[in-house]
Amino acid sequence: MNKAPFTPQTTAMPSPDDITRETLPNGITILARSNFNSPTLSIRGYFPSGSLFDPDEKLGLSYLTANSLTSGTQHHDFQGLYNAIESVGARISFASGTLTSSLSAHSLSEDLDLVLGLLADCLRNPTFPEREFNRLKKQMLTGLAIRAQDTAAMASLLFDQIIYAGHPYERPDDGYFETVQAIEREDLEQFYRRTYGPQGLTIAIVGAVDPQAAVEAVKAALGDWVNPNQEALPELPPLDPISQAARKSLAIPGKSQADIDMGCQAPERPSPDYFPLLIGNNILGEFGMMGRLGKSVREDSGLAYYVYSSLSSSLGPGAWEMVAGVNPRNVDQAIDLMTAEIQRFVAEPVSAEELDDSKSLFLGRLPLMLESNGGVAVSLLNMERFDLGLDYFLRYPAKIQSVTAGEILEATRRYLDPEKLAIAVAGP
Amino acid sequence: MTNQTHFDTLPNGLTVHLKEIHTAPIISSWVWYKVGSRNEHPGITGISHWVEHMQFKGTEKFPAGYLDREISRVGGIWNAMTYLDWTTYFETLPAAMADLSLSLEANRMVNSQFLPDEVDLERTVVISEREGNENQPYFLLNEAIQAAAFDRHPYHYEVIGLKGDLETITRDQLYQHYKRYYDPANAVLALAGDFEISEMRAKIEAHFGAIPTQGTPQVDFPAETPLGGERRVTVGGPGQTAYVQISYRAPSASDLDFFGLTVLDSLLTGPSSLNMFGSGGTTNKTSRLYRALVEGEIAVSCFGTLQATHDPYLYAINLTVHPDRTPEEVLRAVDDELKKVMDSPVTEEEIARAIKQAKALFAYSSENISNQAFWLGYPEMFADYDWFENYVNHLARVTPDEVLRIARSALNPDNRVVGFYLPEESQS
Repeated sequence: MNKAPFTPQTTAMPSPDDITRETLPNGITILARSNFNSPTLSIRGYFPSGSLFDPDEKLGLSYLTANSLTSGTQHHDFQGLYNAIESVGARISFASGTLTSSLSAHSLSEDLDLVLGLLADCLRNPTFPEREFNRLKKQMLTGLAIRAQDTAAMASLLFDQIIYAGHPYERPDDGYFETVQAIEREDLEQFYRRTYGPQGLTIAIVGAVDPQAAVEAVKAALGDWVNPNQEALPELPPLDPISQAARKSLAIPGKSQADIDMGCQAPERPSPDYFPLLIGNNILGEFGMMGRLGKSVREDSGLAYYVYSSLSSSLGPGAWEMVAGVNPRNVDQAIDLMTAEIQRFVAEPVSAEELDDSKSLFLGRLPLMLESNGGVAVSLLNMERFDLGLDYFLRYPAKIQSVTAGEILEATRRYLDPEKLAIAVAGP
Repeated sequence: MTNQTHFDTLPNGLTVHLKEIHTAPIISSWVWYKVGSRNEHPGITGISHWVEHMQFKGTEKFPAGYLDREISRVGGIWNAMTYLDWTTYFETLPAAMADLSLSLEANRMVNSQFLPDEVDLERTVVISEREGNENQPYFLLNEAIQAAAFDRHPYHYEVIGLKGDLETITRDQLYQHYKRYYDPANAVLALAGDFEISEMRAKIEAHFGAIPTQGTPQVDFPAETPLGGERRVTVGGPGQTAYVQISYRAPSASDLDFFGLTVLDSLLTGPSSLNMFGSGGTTNKTSRLYRALVEGEIAVSCFGTLQATHDPYLYAINLTVHPDRTPEEVLRAVDDELKKVMDSPVTEEEIARAIKQAKALFAYSSENISNQAFWLGYPEMFADYDWFENYVNHLARVTPDEVLRIARSALNPDNRVVGFYLPEESQS
């Protein structure tokens, strides 16, 4: 049953014709695109500060700093700030990853200036008030206590420790109990002064606003921001390939279900292996009811409610994970079934039918991916961060169509070795 | 927005709601059945949800896997959900694929097979889903509270069902449940997206018009009696974190007091998002309980849950206890705050602010076609579409005196179940 690939209607794909891009003298890049279908807007951004700067003994510092930006500024205390945000039904938040920290906001489009003004105030003038710092730190410690009980989160943490051993990526961005406990308020101030600034800040604004007006609004709010002391992100060290199979288990007594997280390292987003693996991963553990893994572990064996695979590729090494939640009795059987699927995946190319189906999915999914302002804003940021070009979506169909079964097999074999799987299990 | 709508009923009783939205080449199609845990009793708890799972096992015309492939290969998504009063199935697809959605839903309204082998395989999948839920403290707490809150009404049981029932429910019981409730007269078909109403209406007639009806199934269970005094439940479990849930018997969605309670909840725990898909909410840092409990460092987070239900269900205030505090302290602090809204009226300004927030949340929900289609059908499960159309107007009509009256009746301690989740590590 080989069919011609589905041809989606390609109205309204973001393109150089409708994306406004401007870089300011202080290093900020702005991307804007209008969408007048609803009276709302979404603002997303990233900047080069992250847990890569965190000393081991204070891991979680970047995370806590980003989350503390909304604790108070030179112009607003905590309640004043949130009163301004929540009174108009808007939302502003900051978060931190390893290489970047991020900002996210949405509001009615009529509140663009208000929300950008508040975002800029948080970014430029945070005061890290003592009381709010202590409270947030306690909340974060409680979050870690809850994480310690979350079988999926703990399996994922163990998995990272195996595939990223000796590399900064093995560290969780939200740290460990002792390392968060060690963070003082002054650490945040210092971290902020060293690593926050306009250099490398990229902001996308999408919604019911004229793109040029959005650019002007960012200029007004952030155009004169400078930080001569802003440090460049440290260089990411190389990662050693996995040399042997490894399995780590963590007992979390009293739970009903165990989580399995297994797999291997993956290439970074700009790698030529990315597209073959994107489609390969889809066939292995996404397509339809969770791909081949879903067919084997759920449909044919009834072992799990969820089982799937996911490919995470950004800058620096990535991860290719196969995940399942199963009864503790069935852990080994599920791992065996997933391993068998992995063996098959590296032994023989995917079928022409599977390849064709999966390509068709990626082409057809575009309108859904791009219907919300947030979805478009994230896509614009990815174009910038991974240097994909503003015409990325115009070239995307050809990129997808050109992937062959041979390329998927070759790329898979470069990363996925059934003899060297990383396997992490957390459960009772 | 002036999107055209159409509402009518086929001769076999199928309710049809259509809305043209031409912002993206997508349609979202939902079939709602008035069946959920409300239609269950001891021995068959969880059966509605299990029937939902069986609806993905294929029919003679559409064998298992066929639809998964057909929908996935055009980039579409499909899924289903079961809750207290309803079960719903949706497909969001490229507009050109509308026929596939209609054809499959019409087919599985009557032709699902419930093959014994498939039933057995799905039994362990559903049990696995329950075990995943059991890993979450809030699930365990919620299950105990529902059981304590209803003596006679089927809301006594969690939607997923009791494990003992999941182990013993038979193929014939599942099939009977399906045959009884999957009837056009017991269903609502709601479609939103890029189509012409007259054309779509004709297609619906062609696909669904010939399905016979047995009439609306009778649902009868004994009426619930008042709680008649506060009840308390304690659940022990793994972890270091304690949780508190305070659940009040709440008005049903069709009761006008539901809107007053919605405003009250917004003031107490923050506005609730109307968005089923994607982001769209705001934060709750300026809400009364956040300020008193979280800023007061008695809890680390709080949120309210008020659900639109057919029969009176529960309004719950949920809190994660601060590591240095006890559940009793949390309860006392919540009661101090509730006393304020029961002693004196809230201000007009507070209500006006809640309305502005609700309007913004409404606007976010219109960014997404799946979400708009969801709201086109969902209100029929507990009221009718006017409920949704007039939602903001109803909220805007709420007065301070009404909020005071509703606070005094709904938040009366005799009307509640207080539940504590106590970590076993600190119990010993």
